[in-house]
Amino acid sequence: RICVITLAEAHPLLQTGKTITSINYQISANCSRLQNKVSGKSKRGAQFLTELAPLCRISSSDGEEYTIYSCIRGRLIEVNENILSNPAILQEKPSTEGYIAVVLPKFEESKSITQGLLTQKEYEEVLLKR
Amino acid sequence: MSSLTEKDRAIVQLLLNTGTCPRCILRFCCVGSQTVYRHPYKDLMKDLKDFLKNNQEKEDMVCFDIVDPPCKRIRLEDTEEGPDDANHNGTLQQIPSVNDENTAMENSAVEVCNVCLGILQEFCEVDFVKKVCQKVNSADYQFTSFVFSVSLPPQLSVRERAAWLLVKQEMGKLGLSLAKDDIVPLKEAYKWIIHPQLSEELGVPADGKALFEVSVVFAHPETDEECHFLATACPDCFKPAKNKQSVFTRMAVIKALEKIKEEDFLKHFPCPPCSPKNLCVALEIQCNNGAVFVAGRYNKYSRNLPQTPWIIDGERKLESSVEELISEHLMAAFKADSFNFSSSGREDVDVRTLGNGRPFAIELVNPRRIHFTAEEMKGLQQTINNSSDKIKVRDLQLVTREAIGRMKEGEEEKTKTYSALIWTDRAIQKEDIAFLDDIKELKLDQKTPLRVLHRRPLAVRCRIIHTMKSEYIDEHHFRLHLKTQAGTYIKEFVHGDFGRTKPNVGSLLN
Repeated sequence: RICVITLAEAHPLLQTGKTITSINYQISANCSRLQNKVSGKSKRGAQFLTELAPLCRISSSDGEEYTIYSCIRGRLIEVNENILSNPAILQEKPSTEGYIAVVLPKFEESKSITQGLLTQKEYEEVLLKR
Repeated sequence: MSSLTEKDRAIVQLLLNTGTCPRCILRFCCVGSQTVYRHPYKDLMKDLKDFLKNNQEKEDMVCFDIVDPPCKRIRLEDTEEGPDDANHNGTLQQIPSVNDENTAMENSAVEVCNVCLGILQEFCEVDFVKKVCQKVNSADYQFTSFVFSVSLPPQLSVRERAAWLLVKQEMGKLGLSLAKDDIVPLKEAYKWIIHPQLSEELGVPADGKALFEVSVVFAHPETDEECHFLATACPDCFKPAKNKQSVFTRMAVIKALEKIKEEDFLKHFPCPPCSPKNLCVALEIQCNNGAVFVAGRYNKYSRNLPQTPWIIDGERKLESSVEELISEHLMAAFKADSFNFSSSGREDVDVRTLGNGRPFAIELVNPRRIHFTAEEMKGLQQTINNSSDKIKVRDLQLVTREAIGRMKEGEEEKTKTYSALIWTDRAIQKEDIAFLDDIKELKLDQKTPLRVLHRRPLAVRCRIIHTMKSEYIDEHHFRLHLKTQAGTYIKEFVHGDFGRTKPNVGSLLN
């Protein structure tokens, strides 16, 4: 099952007042998410992501830097290059045009991954408790 | 024998002594007349011997040395002659097979030919023909002509080569040359003999282009290992392939024979070849009819029917499918082994196919019945239509293979017309969507939609929307009619697919 990674509702970057200054897909000296190239139906050549693998780093005008993590184990299919040219959509439409990346987990792990996620309701409850 | 001449004498003698059958002898003497080969075996044998005997009266006998190979055996039933390389008298009486021809030949069973291993002997006889025809008739095929294909064991090529080298050497002594291509090929001679017999028995002509194929596979396990020496001599010809049981396929053997040097060959293989104890066996006699193609158009009225069976992990997700509903009856009527369903495009499970219907074609593999009149096809069509209310077919007809190519061509070049019911979050007025009608030849860039990304490669597709026509319904709904290039993802054009289809209706409305 295809997964689209986006900023969560409660992410600081989506709170009012924050302006994004830069988005960087170069997460280490050797690794840029922009260089990810997949080919074929089975998406060979894709960078493999673990839950804690960083996707990108986003800097805001107040000096903060946020690392966005994959949270899903699987092959990185694509990162959204539109937010590089137009960072505004990341904040305006975080759940649609402003997505971060698309990840394809292994078929066998699909079910266990889904079970490890929160539903919208469960998420809201978590937020309430904060 | 009129086809044989003086220069053939030595060859005939040589080959006869070394255990070669009359028909193979004729082949190596380059006798090209088909009818000669069809004479009965006994007659041919007699004729050859008569031919040799005539030499007795001649003064200058050909005094020949028979090549003495390591493993040669001559059947010396009626004569006290031991070694055969000392016939300096030259009198042919000393050759046992000619000596007391009747008894010698009648007493001993017909020796299995050391070159054709019985193919041009036993397997030209009426019994075998009858056996083949019985198999054909019991298989109950409909056919108007046949092609008879024969698969020979690879060691025959090796033996043929050995025999050729032997004959070539002998001819060399007479100052004559013999090219490999001059010799009548074994398969060709075999077909000369057996085609008329099969044709007579089956009542239809033999035709190289026929769709109905009768194939026989011959094997000779006794000599299977004869090819193995080629592997040591030409190892690169014999790469083990996953599918094949034996590395020594006919093609590989032939290739190796072309590469190997004469000297190396003679080192490893007896020349002339040894006489085998047993005949070849006909391993299998199989019948196969060329595929037949049925085409038509189908309509789908169910929103719960996939085009092809939908099975995940061995479990069927939805009952039946378009292809099964159509092919079930065709398979029964044509009595085929299997089918291949193809169509000019397809539609989703939850989509109906209306109008004239979608063109489809079914390849029926190895059908037993191939002749159907227009009436019968209409009847078949009726049967299919009566059997289900989920689909209907029309224009059911027999077509050629080329038709499928043309049907598939259309898939790319077509223009598709769609009607989409669109919901908008934002309230809209009539004027807001009117501009869509004026947009012509809109170019889209569509990344592989997320909804299919798990089973399709990631790519960007350029597609064109030729025209659009909008129909206002209310503040949050309108209908959009579109004419697009084949392969355009309509849903993604409407909702934008996370911005991965550009432009899209959303972006156009803003």
